[in-house]
Order: sequence, then C-alpha cells, then structure tokens
Amino acid sequence: MGRYILKRLGYLLVTMWIIITATFFLMNTLPGDPVQTGTKLLPEAVAQNLRVKWGFDKPVTHRYVIYLNNLLHGDFGESMKTPGLTANAIIRDKFPASARLGLQAITFGLLVGLILGIIAAFKRNTWIDYTVIFIAIAGISIPSFVLAALLQKVIGGSLLPIIGWPSTNVWLSGFEYTILPTLAASFGSIATYSRFMRTSVLEVLNNDYILTAKAKGLSRREIVQKHVLRNSLIPIITIFAPQMAGIVTGSFVIERIFCIPGLGMYYVESINGRDFPMIMATTIFFSFFFIISIVLMDILYGIIDPRVRVSGEKR
Amino acid sequence: MIKEYEQELFEVVGYDKEVADAIVRPNITYWKDAWRRLRKNKVAIFSMVTLLVIGLSCILIPILSRVDYTGQNVAMTHLKPGSQHWFGTDELGRDVFVRLWMGGRVSILIGLLGAVVSLVFGTLYGGISGYFGGLIDDIMMRIVEVIVGIPYMIVVILVSISLGKGLPSLIIALCITSWTGLARLVRGQVLQLKENEYVLASKALGASPMRIILKHLLPNTMSVIIVNTTFQIPGFMFAEAFLSFIGLGVQPPYTSWGAMAALGQQQMSYYPHELLFPAVAISLTMLTFNLLGDGLRDALDPKLRQ
Repeated sequence: MGRYILKRLGYLLVTMWIIITATFFLMNTLPGDPVQTGTKLLPEAVAQNLRVKWGFDKPVTHRYVIYLNNLLHGDFGESMKTPGLTANAIIRDKFPASARLGLQAITFGLLVGLILGIIAAFKRNTWIDYTVIFIAIAGISIPSFVLAALLQKVIGGSLLPIIGWPSTNVWLSGFEYTILPTLAASFGSIATYSRFMRTSVLEVLNNDYILTAKAKGLSRREIVQKHVLRNSLIPIITIFAPQMAGIVTGSFVIERIFCIPGLGMYYVESINGRDFPMIMATTIFFSFFFIISIVLMDILYGIIDPRVRVSGEKR
Repeated sequence: MIKEYEQELFEVVGYDKEVADAIVRPNITYWKDAWRRLRKNKVAIFSMVTLLVIGLSCILIPILSRVDYTGQNVAMTHLKPGSQHWFGTDELGRDVFVRLWMGGRVSILIGLLGAVVSLVFGTLYGGISGYFGGLIDDIMMRIVEVIVGIPYMIVVILVSISLGKGLPSLIIALCITSWTGLARLVRGQVLQLKENEYVLASKALGASPMRIILKHLLPNTMSVIIVNTTFQIPGFMFAEAFLSFIGLGVQPPYTSWGAMAALGQQQMSYYPHELLFPAVAISLTMLTFNLLGDGLRDALDPKLRQ
C-alpha cells in the first residue's frame, strides 16, 4: 500500500510540473510587449522600470527558475492589472465562496443521487424507477447553465433571491442565496450518481451472497445495510473524482450566472482581462486541487477495495 | 416368428450426407443481429431520426435560407417569433432561426470531430499499448495518466490564450485530451483478447503486429468503441457549450448553441425565446445522443442490459 501511495504521489508531482511548465511557457512566449498593453503608450523609462520589476529584462528560462522557486515558497505572484494585489490574497479571498458552493453541491448531489439510485433499483420497473431514469437522462442532457437560467426564471424572484452570495461569514450565513446555485450545480451529479447506483445495486442483488444472507434469515433492512450498500458503493468512488472536477469547472458558469464572487468567476475575468500572472496562479491552483482530489480518490479506492491495490502492484 | 428388419428400413428418407452441412437460413452476422435488436428499440430509432433531422437542418437550412445569419437589422431587434422571423430576432436584429442552425453546425462539428480524433488515436494507442505490453505498455500508460490529470477546461484555456479564442483552439485542445478514456478502454479489451487462439494462429501465419491489431483485435472491440463514442459526442458538445457560454469558445460573427444561450441568458427576463431555442436545441441533441447510446449499448452488448 505504501508503494502504491508513493507511486501516485510521484505521478502527481510529474503532472503538476508539466502543467506549471506548460502554463509558464505558453504565457511567457506570447508575442508582444507585456508591459505596453495599456491604451496609452508608456514612456520608455517607465516601461523599462516595469520590465525590471516584472523580470522581463531577464531571459525566459531565468524567469522560469525564479517562478518555480517562488511557487515552492508558496508565492503565486502578483497581478499585472491591479498593482499590489497578490494571487495569494485573491485565492484566500475568493476560494471560500467557490468551496462552499462546491461542497454543498457535492454533498447534496451525492446524497440525493445515491438515494434515488437505491430506490430505483429496489422498485425496478415501476413508475418510481422510470421517473429516476428520466431524471438521470435529463440531468446529463441539460447543460447546467440552461438549468440555472430556468431555476432563476421559475423559482427565483418571489421565493428565493436570484443572484448574490453572502459576503460576511461566508461559510454559514445567507443560506437562501445558496439554494439555487447548489441545485443547478448538483443536478448533473444527481443524474450520474443515481444512474450508476441503480446499476450497481442491481448487480449486487444478483450475487450469491445476497441469497446466502436471505437464507440465513437476515431481515431486509440488515441485508440492505450490511451487504447491498457496502458493495454497491465501491464503483461509485471511481466516478466521484471526475464528478468533483465537473463541479469545479461547472462553477465557472454557475458563479457567473448567479453572480457569486468565487474563484471560478475571477478566473474567467482574469482570462478576459489577460492578466497573465493571475491566470497562471489560478490555473495552477485549480489543477492542483483537481489532481489532488483524483489521487486521494484513487488511494481511498485502494483502501476500500483491495483488489485494485493488488492489480496495481502487479502491473 | 421374428420379423426381419433390413438395414434399409433404418435410413432416413430425404437425407443426403452431402447437404448436411448446408446452411438453410441466411447467415446472421453480429452487425445484422445488433441492427435487428436496435430496430426493435423504438426510443433509439426515434433518437436516430431526430438526430438525422437536426443534422440535415444544420446542413441545409443555412444554405437554402435567403437570410444571412450575420445580417443585422437594428430596426428589428428582439422580435417575438412570427411569420417573418420564425424564431424571432436577437438584440442585434439577427434571425434566430438561421443562427440556430449555423450554431448547430459548430456544436455538432465539435462533437463529431472530437469523436473522430478520440476514435482514431485512442483505439490505435490503446491497441498498441495493450498488444505489446511490457515496457511499451508501461510508458504509454504513464503518459496517459499524466494527460488524464490535466483538466480539459485548463487545456482549452491555455491553448486559447496562446492561439487566440475560437474554433481552432477548441479543436486543438480537444485533440490533446479527448482520446485518453478510449485508449484505456481499448487497452483493457485488447489485454483480454490477445490471449485468444485466433491471435496465436495469426501470429503463427506470420502476420505483423500492426495487422493483428487492426484486423483481429480492434474489430472485436468495436462494440465498446462505438458505445463509448456515442456517449462522448454529447460530452464534447457540452464542453463547447460551456466554453462558449463563458466567452472562451466560438467568437462572433460565428456562433454556436452555447454562445447563443449565453446571449439569450442576458435577455432572459424580457425575451425568453432568445434563450429557449438554443437551450432546447442543445438539450434535445444531447438527449437523443444519450438515448441512442443507451440503445446501441443494449443492441451491441445484450449482456450489459439491466
């Protein structure tokens, strides 16, 4: 197991390094003078000072080494458009809103999706089952921005606020503001989870050990809790990581529609404003977050299902 | 008195040894069988027809219509759907009906292109990796693992920053990331299949590895590949719609369903039709692709049916 974790962490470092390097060189080899991007041409002396400040007087490889060194010390750089604003401050400032939306969406999506999937599997070929299947197919077919707009139009306004996000006490206050975004962000994962869970439960129910459990005289509840649930949850973990990534990238859109001051919205803003240090910082942050979650899921999967670990070591 | 039974009495009448092996009924191949099953599935057939209609409309309507999809008319902005403009006009007075089908071209093109790239590259990559095994497999799968770790959106954003926003960047990013899932899937299939006797027979007859992969292994994984591709197409269209929605995808004057929905969303409270039509178009196309994928999976691999 230790070797497996080490191997995964090794890939993590390589992937991270590739992303950082690719991001850095893509941003730093763009044509044009990065200092003279404003509408007014700066005087040469000012431009020269700025070049020295941003390190553009040094060759690109030299800057790369400095950038890597800064990253290792946890310094993500400083905005070129808003002097004095560091990327670290932005991430500290904006990430909680995104994280809350993400956590709520993941929890809600997972809970509702799993419950729907289990119910559908047990009530197979009834109207409940068909309803769940319909939700599952609609959920992967309707983009979240369409659903978000629909929610704003139908539910929002009179009952719930359409846009906005609590600005003080980011984690706990203003729950009514978070309901619609959470619904919109989690709809896709509800669909995926319920679909997978239904298949998984049906597969488990066909196994001989369920028959054994029944023959032993266990109650229906005990069979479900001890045998069906535990075994059917295993495949769900594999789709959990991609789902998480989906929620992170989905947040670019959801945050924009609901005017949530999160990191996803800032990311899109910084791309449209071509604020290169900030684009690099947020790209690296998002990728790191994404990759870490995948690696954690893989390790967790290895702990829960020993078969994965064994085959992982053999190969 | 025992009756004499002669040998002739025991011969079957109308039985000819020479035609014993003749096949009376027409031979049903795997694909014919699958098509037969698919034909019975009303939902899948309905999806197929709908997709064909959408596809043909995207190709034909912009050609046949006299209205230019970029043509603006400031005097006729935000018109409700009517006889002159069937789906109304947008904020610049452009005809939504024609734009919808032009946008569909981009959306479907992205979906199909991503599918083709992942199909060709992913199957070959997975096939080679699975067939050779050993060190080659190790190296190739490590590369895949690294690429899988990079989120698709990040790749698109990086490519579009360095090459400029628009269709080419989307397509390049798609080419970089789309094939990994299929490569893994095909590799797994090939690992199982290559132990079969027909592969050994082919090897013994002196077939080259490429021939074995292309002629024997990949055709046997076709059902998995087709089903996976059908489900991937809506995924690519989704990604395009997302990116165009946040302004990183297709740039004006070109349009796509995602870009149209983004514009429509801003006008939603007063002119809901501007959001409605692109939204319905995306959802309907995704839905039919997903339903068709379900049908194909059931038809090609009846074991999987739940």
